[in-house]
Amino acid sequence: MSERPVSIPGEPKVDLEQARAHGLAPDEYRKIEQTIGRTPTYTELGVFSVMWSEHCSYKSSRRHLRKLPSKSELVVQGPGENAGAIDVGDGWAAVFKIESHNHPSFVEPYQGAATGVGGILRDIFTMGARPVASMNSLKFGSFEHPRTRYLLGGVVGGIGGYGNCVGVPTVAGEVMFDAAYNANILVNAFCLGLVRKGEMMSAKARGPGNPVLYVGSATGRDGIHGASMASAEFDKESEAKRPAVQVGDPFTEKLLIEACLEAGKTGAIVAIQDMGAAGLTSSSSEMASHGGLGIELDLDKVPLREAGLTPYEILLSESQERMLIVAERGREAELQAVFEKWDLHAVVIGHVTEDQRWRTRWRGQVVADIPIGALADDAPIYDRPAAAPKIQPQTKPAIAAKHPETAKAIRALLDSPNIASKKWVYRQYDSIVQSNTVLGPGSDGAVLRIKNSRRAIALKVDSNPRACALDPYLGAVGTVCEAARNVACAGARPVGITNCLNYGNPERPEVMWQFIRGVEGLRDASIAFGAPVVSGNVSFYNETEGHPIPPTPTIAVLGVMIDVAKHVTQFFKNPGDVIALVRTAAPSIAASEYAAIFGIDGGRLGAIDLAREAALVEGLVEGAEQGLIKSAHDIAEGGLAVALAEACFNPRAILGAEVELGRAGNADAVVFFGEGASTVVLSIAKRDAARVESLFAGRGLEFAVIGRVTAEPRLKIGAAAGLDEDVAELQRIYEDAIPRRLRGGD
Amino acid sequence: MKWGVVRFPGSLDDGDSLYAIAEVMGQDARMLWHKDESLGGVECVLLPGGFSYGDYLRTGAIARFSPIMKSVAKFAADGGLVIGICNGFQILCEAHLLPGALTRNRSLSFICQRVWLRVENASTPFTRAAKQGDLLRLPIKHGEGLYVAPEDEIRQMEERGQVILRYVDADGRESDAANPNGSMRAIAGVANQRFNVFGLMPHPEHAVEPMLGGVDGLKIFQSIAGSAR
Amino acid sequence: MQVRVFVTPRKGILDPQGRAVESSLQSLGFKNVSGVKVGKYILLEVEARTASEARDEAKKMCEALLANPVIEDYRFEVDGE
Repeated sequence: MSERPVSIPGEPKVDLEQARAHGLAPDEYRKIEQTIGRTPTYTELGVFSVMWSEHCSYKSSRRHLRKLPSKSELVVQGPGENAGAIDVGDGWAAVFKIESHNHPSFVEPYQGAATGVGGILRDIFTMGARPVASMNSLKFGSFEHPRTRYLLGGVVGGIGGYGNCVGVPTVAGEVMFDAAYNANILVNAFCLGLVRKGEMMSAKARGPGNPVLYVGSATGRDGIHGASMASAEFDKESEAKRPAVQVGDPFTEKLLIEACLEAGKTGAIVAIQDMGAAGLTSSSSEMASHGGLGIELDLDKVPLREAGLTPYEILLSESQERMLIVAERGREAELQAVFEKWDLHAVVIGHVTEDQRWRTRWRGQVVADIPIGALADDAPIYDRPAAAPKIQPQTKPAIAAKHPETAKAIRALLDSPNIASKKWVYRQYDSIVQSNTVLGPGSDGAVLRIKNSRRAIALKVDSNPRACALDPYLGAVGTVCEAARNVACAGARPVGITNCLNYGNPERPEVMWQFIRGVEGLRDASIAFGAPVVSGNVSFYNETEGHPIPPTPTIAVLGVMIDVAKHVTQFFKNPGDVIALVRTAAPSIAASEYAAIFGIDGGRLGAIDLAREAALVEGLVEGAEQGLIKSAHDIAEGGLAVALAEACFNPRAILGAEVELGRAGNADAVVFFGEGASTVVLSIAKRDAARVESLFAGRGLEFAVIGRVTAEPRLKIGAAAGLDEDVAELQRIYEDAIPRRLRGGD
Repeated sequence: MKWGVVRFPGSLDDGDSLYAIAEVMGQDARMLWHKDESLGGVECVLLPGGFSYGDYLRTGAIARFSPIMKSVAKFAADGGLVIGICNGFQILCEAHLLPGALTRNRSLSFICQRVWLRVENASTPFTRAAKQGDLLRLPIKHGEGLYVAPEDEIRQMEERGQVILRYVDADGRESDAANPNGSMRAIAGVANQRFNVFGLMPHPEHAVEPMLGGVDGLKIFQSIAGSAR
Repeated sequence: MQVRVFVTPRKGILDPQGRAVESSLQSLGFKNVSGVKVGKYILLEVEARTASEARDEAKKMCEALLANPVIEDYRFEVDGE
């Protein structure tokens, strides 16, 4: 027996045209009519438009994401909840996820980035885990673009403004500047929390009759249609859409963290979910759908920030810092007392039903009544056409004549904002609160100790859009390898992956092809490292006026260390130590910073041998566990020469390096500045060199002693076009590159 | 010694302070709730860092009115030891338990980094484990740590030895570059005239373990522990 | 009754925000700008029978909470004045 939903007087008429204005395709609108057997009310149309948006439904990506491995002995929770979880030992599970907030951050950088941090935090603590670390991956346009400084300042300010105020340290990140992001920046926010295994909370509603509680900030008009905004390309009007951007309140978030974790301990919470994208609508329908049940909401009970909101607005509002909880019947007061303690109000706004329908009432009348499945599992899924672009990226060999002098090149590279110190950025983030940060920003990866345990976790976020632009498959494989290698350099074994897949418009076959190849690369690399993908997020429509961003899968890897005392940093430690190189393949300048700065075509990406990549990671972890490795630094942007310089920048006291490469001629540029191949610079006590060599040579990897660490702070690389540079001077260039540009000097 | 760490809504370093005192130093420490009026018989009250009440009007301005602060003021008036770190320092200034005020950093941005501090007065209950002129390496992390007070008041404070810590460089010298937030006279920590209330922007609780960046913070806590009445 | 409170940095107190705004304005070509101060504007609804009662209340609020006399000055306007 069901009441037919009523329209609210004054609401627009619902037809195909109105559906189109809501971003629904004609087929999708017809499917809605079929599903509910009538014309939807305006409220229902709004609900369908957000739930069937790309952002909420993953309609273009879902069938491909199924290819990703999500199981291992250590997986406690795979995809399907608010975040994934991995067993990190000693009874702890690490809950983690990365998510995009690209569009809101471009429109309003401070609030966009701030609310991105807030949203990902909620995904973690709704799982019952205390958030212990944040990271972020940021892509801006070129430093010379007029908007870049404004966006950089706003985004960094917003991440700090929110993260610092909730007491979760920002421990690592990456920042890249490239003209390809001039009109579409990327802001990907990662959070990790820790929870005792067995104390995890769920987003699955259970128990018909159980009450549904609303907790947190009151509902306002902010962010209505944020989810559909993230599912459309940018145009000139997007900037005028400012009111759609939500404003964050980190103080309320901090109270929610404490109150929700405390409430979780009562055992009275059946299910909990953040009201994120599409707000009350998605949180309520998803909880019911996950539990195979229905839900009924009374919108008159929803706390409102201003009078006069319509059901449409209440349901679609994306006001921040709101949670929805299904409580055990009869224990509402217990939960309410916990929230009152933290000056938050928990209000009963509905209950779980058996009938698998999503029903909302307003002023005594039903205003929406939709089968739950239609909002979740039965949403459209597309197998969009994919096709490799007809014009392949250029693959001419490098032109030798263009190579600059080596001394000039290393200075230019250290002065590049993509390589230079990001201290200006991370100094604005609290990286030490909670007293776990063993290795914070400014290192290859972060290391966090787990209190009352010898174990530690290592974290790293990476992306490599230039490589992905040349080859979306190899680029994605290489990105996973890089992140895994980085946690291994710290001495941790990679055990889990989360990803944020940033691509252009999936309705373009070549973008869909990039996406599918990226997912396949992610799959293959994930299998090779035995590190499953437990959570993730897809961000499509990253394009402005027809120009898509380069494919940018952002990968975060979680590593586990058995003994935190054995962690390894990237910095040389003692004069006299041996410097060695381990690598899986020969270097190349394809997709390198060197090629980008000097306008050289770097050619094709080299193949990646995943078995060797995994062997390298194993060797690094074993070397660290045996205490044989004094420092390990991954070669990334800027190649070997930059990696050696960075390893000399020990914060305690700078050191020098004397290296002999025994190569000559123009190939030096590739050896000095080539990236691509997985290569690690190690420093080792002399007496341990043979043991370390056998560790890697025994795994079939190329290992070569190339020099030694010196007390004299000079970087000397012997070769035909060698280097002999003052490390202090190089460090000055490296440290000042970003501040100098922000001061406006040149 | 019995310690109490006050937890305000928005406190962030409350757990870290408790951890440093109880777990690292093995002292008797407990959390105090901002809505309570009782201090539970503690001998030292610690107001921790954070963004109490979101710091939405001015840092520390709202926390000052919480019920427990009445008791803290009375406790201080009776000579009890009170230390305020970062936001705690801001609250003590707003509550007029310490002179001066803390305003936005000169750079207008939040700063998280390690700094060098010089102990200007080692004869206080908060610094007696150090020697005058000792250098401490502690982290700061704040957006509003620029210490201000009227010039003549600062002069008087200096004469009375109320300026306890100053920002200096690694060689112990004051300089503009070594002053991270632009504080007047590079002031990083001050005491009241009775020397039983102390506020500082740097975080001693984040420098108590070698693995997490040094142990210079212990000097402050050891001084207090050795000052039990 | 509506009360409008203006809180500004006290004369002689370093105002880094004001200084930053001033220098950006000047770099944008507004060379005639000086003495920029950045403060707060607080809007209140106060229940009061007369304007003078509202004034008394507003003064108390400013002194208790809205301004810090060590670093800030305040003034306010009451509806209809």
